[in-house]
Amino acid sequence: MVNRKELLLGEPERVFRREESPVLRLNEEEANAAIDETDSLDDDHRMILNMGPSHPSTHGVLRLMLEMEGETILRSKPVIGYLHTGMEKTAEGLSYLQGATNVTRMDYAAPLFSELAFSLTTEKLLNIDVPPRATWIRMLMCELNRVSSHLLFQATNGMDLGAVSMMIYGWREREEVLRFFEKVTGLRMNHNYIRPGGVAADLPEGWREDVKKLLEIIPPRLEEYDTLQTNQPIFRERLQGVGVMNPAEALALSATGPILRSTGYVWDLRRHMPYLAYDEVDFDVVVGTYGDCFDRFAIRLNEIRESLKIIEQILELMPEGDYRIQNKKVTPPPRARIDESMEALIHHFKIFTEGFHVPEGEAYVAVESPRGELGCYIVSDGGPNPYRMHIRGPSFVNLQTLPHLMEGGLIADGVAVISSVDPIMGEVDR
Amino acid sequence: MTESEESTEDVEDKTEEYSGPTSYGVPVTESHDQVILHPTPAQLLETITLLKEDGFCMAIDVTAVDYLTYPGRKDLPEGLNPERFEVVISLINHEQGKRVRLRVQAGTDNPTVPSLFDLFPGTEAMEREVWDLFGVTFEGHPDHSRILLPDNWEGHPLRKDHEVGRIPVQFSPEVGRH
Repeated sequence: MVNRKELLLGEPERVFRREESPVLRLNEEEANAAIDETDSLDDDHRMILNMGPSHPSTHGVLRLMLEMEGETILRSKPVIGYLHTGMEKTAEGLSYLQGATNVTRMDYAAPLFSELAFSLTTEKLLNIDVPPRATWIRMLMCELNRVSSHLLFQATNGMDLGAVSMMIYGWREREEVLRFFEKVTGLRMNHNYIRPGGVAADLPEGWREDVKKLLEIIPPRLEEYDTLQTNQPIFRERLQGVGVMNPAEALALSATGPILRSTGYVWDLRRHMPYLAYDEVDFDVVVGTYGDCFDRFAIRLNEIRESLKIIEQILELMPEGDYRIQNKKVTPPPRARIDESMEALIHHFKIFTEGFHVPEGEAYVAVESPRGELGCYIVSDGGPNPYRMHIRGPSFVNLQTLPHLMEGGLIADGVAVISSVDPIMGEVDR
Repeated sequence: MTESEESTEDVEDKTEEYSGPTSYGVPVTESHDQVILHPTPAQLLETITLLKEDGFCMAIDVTAVDYLTYPGRKDLPEGLNPERFEVVISLINHEQGKRVRLRVQAGTDNPTVPSLFDLFPGTEAMEREVWDLFGVTFEGHPDHSRILLPDNWEGHPLRKDHEVGRIPVQFSPEVGRH
């Protein structure tokens, strides 16, 4: 087994190198020229290998340009943009009420977090505070979403490493959570549930029982995952000491979320810069020690447990009250009011045709998504559409760690590394 | 509304020289309790070096805004010339749990700012994205190329004068009722 302690040594400044950097900075033409060159050469020559974009272990459409020597990866470059649909440009043509349905399609494994960041930024510009129940519903849904997203990671990570049965188990538990989402929001994905001003609907009757059932089902299954993965020598061998990063490198590369925490660096926005009501619940920030693939795997597994702990507290602390702000300019009136009141009809008409106006200004708000810091930057010109909407996608930024993590490893380790970075390509390309 | 109280006090003093509040040697304003620094492209690297020494350990975000069609900008400090392109950089200080945002007026025709690669290598992909979508040049960037769009793409789509584009839909009268 690899001595993990030894791997902690190494150059902290390797990420700063321009020359001899593990990042392969070639464009398509140069890469093609290099490929032509290598065609006729002997065995020990470096070659350029293309991996993806359609490859089962690239989580969608990630393409990698790898410089190989034998089976060892020397330099690499993630090539992205295959899912780019110009969502930031689209956002400029959508009102703030429609905006949530746009951003929810970015990180499709954790859609509620994009909605949350977008809504919090809009609310900051509007200078409004949502009712406490809305805040707690948002927290409940986001933590459940973190659970479902990390369960998806367990499934895909297992599959990438050859534990195919893990894939089925992970999807099975995730499905239980998605079933609850469907009951609350009407959809399994792309919920458009968290909106500026609150949430789209109150929690349905019997939600407590459903959540309690989830809290019962998932923990024993996590134990099963431990048996299947954590304590299994082959699995550990595949992950320990693979794709190592130290805290200095992770900070320099702007990596956030489980990648930063795996290096032993304690940083979680929920704890250190609390938003919603995270300062009122008790939870631990899970950190690793060695910054390798195994730590990133273990962090995500244990974050599920922490999220369940938060959800348990939310069940007790959930306040009664309104689930959205009663501000006629922002929130559509209830259906019954439209029949009685002319004003309500006008407000309803204005909100759904033109949209509500947001005062001039700009703001940036970030939340801790399962992948790291998810930020939303909005510039408003006082109109009903954002003048500019930008999402800081954690997957996009974290993807930069790939060449550094894969350097010197085998191609099979490369697959483990991609999996442990857990990129969602919808968010990378936006 | 987005300007801090201190900087509005200086409105009467219409000199070109900025005399309002400064921080790290550059004008500072506040917007929704968020601190915003306004360095010029020439001051940018120096300001960020100072911020980095002061504990701002991570460059969280680099993006840009095209103010071509923005009606009247009021949130810039006195004496600062508004330009069409503005590069927005967010830094974070983990020790104190603070954020700071830098808004750099990058220029109108040939927007250029220095690259932050040597201070924060994590900005590499973000700067490539801004070049790709806005056409802002980052001087000294190690791989100044497009990232989301293909290399042979023309134009920079997030610019305000770049059309969204649409495909005409043909409705044929021969097609029966549906």
